[in-house]
Amino acid sequence: MKKLHRRVRDRVTGFVNDWSIPRQIAGQSVMSKAAESAQSRSLRPRLEQADRVGTSICPFCAVGCAQLVYAKDGRPLHIEGDPRSPVNQGTLCPKGAGTLGLLLSEKRINQVLYRAPYAKNWETRPLDWAMQRIAERVKQTRDETFVENLPDGTPVNHTLGIASLGGATLDNEENYLIKKLFGGGLGLVNIENQARI
Amino acid sequence: MGSNMAENHPVGFRFVTEARNRGATVIHVDPRFTRTSALSDIHAPIRSGSDIAFLGGIIRYILENDLWFRDFVMAYTNIATIITDDYRDAEDNDGVFSGFDVNNGSYKPESWEYAETPTKPPIAEHHVKGANAPPEHAPPSDPSLQHPNCVYQIMRRHYARYTPELVEQATGCKKETFLRVCEALTRNSGRERTGTFCYAVGWTHHSYGVQIIRAAAIIQGLLGNIGRPGGSILALRGHCSIQGSTDIPTLYNMLPTYLPQPNAFLPHHGLKQFLETETVKTGGWNNLPKYMISLLKAWYGAHAHAGNDYGFEMIPKLTGDQSQLPMTLAMVDGVVKGQFILGQNPVVGAVNSDLIERGLTKLEWLVVRDSAMMESADFWQKGRLVQRGELTPEQIGTEIFFLPSAMPAEKEGTVTNTTRLVQWHDKVCDAPGDSRSDLWFIYNLGRMLKDMYADSTEARDQPIRRLTWDYPVSGERKEPDAAAVLREINGYTVADRKQLTNYHQIKDDGSTACGGWMYCGIFPGQHDNRSRSRTADGPDGDGSHRNWAFSWPNNVRTIYNRASADPDGKPWSERKKLLWWDAAQGKWVGKDTPDFVIDKPPTMRADWSKHPTGMDALGGDDPFIMEADGKCMLYVPAGLKDGPLPTHYEPFESATINPLYKQQSNPAIKQWPRPGNEYHEDADPKYPYIFTTYRLTELHCGGISTRVMPHTAELQPEAFVEISPELAAEHGIRNLDWAVLSTARGQIEAKTLVTDRIRPFTINGKTVHQVGMPWVFGWDGYARGDIANVLLAVYGDPNTSIHTTKALTCALRKGRLA
Repeated sequence: MKKLHRRVRDRVTGFVNDWSIPRQIAGQSVMSKAAESAQSRSLRPRLEQADRVGTSICPFCAVGCAQLVYAKDGRPLHIEGDPRSPVNQGTLCPKGAGTLGLLLSEKRINQVLYRAPYAKNWETRPLDWAMQRIAERVKQTRDETFVENLPDGTPVNHTLGIASLGGATLDNEENYLIKKLFGGGLGLVNIENQARI
Repeated sequence: MGSNMAENHPVGFRFVTEARNRGATVIHVDPRFTRTSALSDIHAPIRSGSDIAFLGGIIRYILENDLWFRDFVMAYTNIATIITDDYRDAEDNDGVFSGFDVNNGSYKPESWEYAETPTKPPIAEHHVKGANAPPEHAPPSDPSLQHPNCVYQIMRRHYARYTPELVEQATGCKKETFLRVCEALTRNSGRERTGTFCYAVGWTHHSYGVQIIRAAAIIQGLLGNIGRPGGSILALRGHCSIQGSTDIPTLYNMLPTYLPQPNAFLPHHGLKQFLETETVKTGGWNNLPKYMISLLKAWYGAHAHAGNDYGFEMIPKLTGDQSQLPMTLAMVDGVVKGQFILGQNPVVGAVNSDLIERGLTKLEWLVVRDSAMMESADFWQKGRLVQRGELTPEQIGTEIFFLPSAMPAEKEGTVTNTTRLVQWHDKVCDAPGDSRSDLWFIYNLGRMLKDMYADSTEARDQPIRRLTWDYPVSGERKEPDAAAVLREINGYTVADRKQLTNYHQIKDDGSTACGGWMYCGIFPGQHDNRSRSRTADGPDGDGSHRNWAFSWPNNVRTIYNRASADPDGKPWSERKKLLWWDAAQGKWVGKDTPDFVIDKPPTMRADWSKHPTGMDALGGDDPFIMEADGKCMLYVPAGLKDGPLPTHYEPFESATINPLYKQQSNPAIKQWPRPGNEYHEDADPKYPYIFTTYRLTELHCGGISTRVMPHTAELQPEAFVEISPELAAEHGIRNLDWAVLSTARGQIEAKTLVTDRIRPFTINGKTVHQVGMPWVFGWDGYARGDIANVLLAVYGDPNTSIHTTKALTCALRKGRLA
């Protein structure tokens, strides 16, 4: 009974202390002091937990908005527009503002999935195994389809048997290595990305 | 035009609204009334695909009313240049220019050339035969503009019929609205004022997309809106680094930074012949040998030397159009046996989805790298062919590897945005589980393949053996160093491995290596990464923000900015000053890096007695330094595959008949008709409506990224098709009823959004309806719906092989798929 009494008393006191209207009447601003409560005083900005911040560039359209990415223990905490950028001056559109949802999406896949020919399901496989198998398949197809000369003797040194698609969502350094390895190293000519679509 | 900037590039559109707040007139020319239209002063609705009729009408208005910026145009464009006598205009031949070869459906462009001085186009893959002798003089011109074959007279004749009445008949835009646009545009021209065009894939995704952009370039040339602050034509590109992946291309027809990929059917036999054929004698592209040899040095290191043509033969040669459209067909035909898909989703984003699915089922193996399951990886389980019962997984032999990829902020490197701004992004967090960057994937795949081929003595295996691949790695995951790759792209001296500081240092004697000449200067010192610089201008700065990241070439922010000063080198006006000649210092100075030879005075003229080449053949008043004659090309004598001037054709699949010519559509269009890729007839009664696709603010393209982001997926949860109340009434459709859309390629269903934003047009005196649909949905992720691109067909713009999404035809009925 005493316990209940104390709880009621605490609730009432708490409500009266947190009640905003008397403080507004007393002249405090509803935007700051008058909006304070016991709970709001105990809240801390989540950015305080961050142990790292860096500048990223929004991964969606091509405007090039800068984003500040905050992380703790290697995991992203928060993403917002970088106010220093002359491009976006701290703003982001709905896609850019949702970037954290992309990094933390429950739909992300974190393991290699493999589908054997004619199989009905995916299986998970180790990354090293997949890399080895992919390299073998590339070599095999290249060796089977490589053409050094056309029938009239004109050198072509290419393969039409392997194609690569994609690049507009990747970094310049990645595109450079794709073109260098696939084109300059392996002789692929079927190298394309979203630039045409 | 050709863009819904407020919805698709919202943060970029802040600058448009800011300009409007300061008094600019904003015009939106678009079939739909969108949020961009709502924030504009004038919305001019035109039927999808009629852009050249509209822009041609503006060109006529400018010429006939003498509203062009005479001082700019006479000095900086080819308006006075005389064209060869052999030239016949499309106006004289019912829609076909001279040189058309009916048998192979393509043009021989020799008759479009400048008189006496045939010129080379400075663009990769646009080879012109036998036109590479060094010129003895500048192209002949007639400054009085009276010569019947000078560009001015040709243009006047060509656009004479593009009257406001014709514009209304062909585009459906009311004459009064069209004239308001003309008045607003031309008012903004001259010394004190400039105007800009913003476009996106609404212009490129046509069977004459390049010519639409050309038409805008003519207008901007005539109005003096190029190379000046507040001018230009801004391509609003769709992906974060789509500009970067065009510059440093994962594209079939180019080597890094716009060098042509050698072709087996062109005089490209050996480096010498390749360079002789492709090097433009005059202007900036005369440097091609320096860029090409330095690229070969970057790729093959010590194995590239003068004794072996710098390894030129190791670069694979083209034997045809190997772009994405024919690549799809090559998959279906079993020519392509193995495929990588690296951050792209062709089943949703590319053309004729069912055909692409069919192609994927024919592959022997497929590697897909993405962050979440998407349609191009699980088609064998959930695809349309499997859903329809045409195939079962047990019948599909494709071996598939799905490799999870790291996302931005989980890796570092640069992206190039739509303004040519190259920005570095930091690695802040770790990619989860087995997710890796594409840099890691390609680097390790390359390393393993080099090991596999290490002992080979076969000539065909030497390229992979000789490829330089010594990038440092760090950390537990052995991540390759993106900065080391960027240093190679920037370029360095071979002897002492010092970073080059600008592209003028690139040499053709093997003493420099450079992976991408346009990016030279981005990493000018071992630890000086300009793409990482993060200092914006203050309120008193010059506004170019030259210390915020890097823009190519040479950190130039406004390309061809020599044109921002008059021929004497003085700013056109105080209000529009950007670059000017400082006689005391003997160099160009101003608010931007000069895109010009820095110490070439405005009075300098080419001395033809000395047979000048390269930049020496251009005068101090020729700002367009990458063109062979230094002029802005109102008329394009070489380089285009479908005519030197834009002319109105109907879309390849049109709901109406060309009001101008007997020639209905672009005669040079690339076609690939075959079962599963059938085309509609002209004004086909089976497919009476214009079909167009577009994007949404909340969902990004065909990829899976935003469809697995909870916030954005919730905002746009499912597919829909927009139709006008008038069309809805004809079919008894109420808002949110289901409708089935079909073309010869396939059919899909979606809920309808009946809206006034889409209006019927009166074209050639008849009512034509248009329907529109976002193409961003698929069967994976949270936000789902039928794939709009099922309806598209494989055919392409002759210059770019770009497909059509913005103006084709379809049928529509109320109800659902059975």
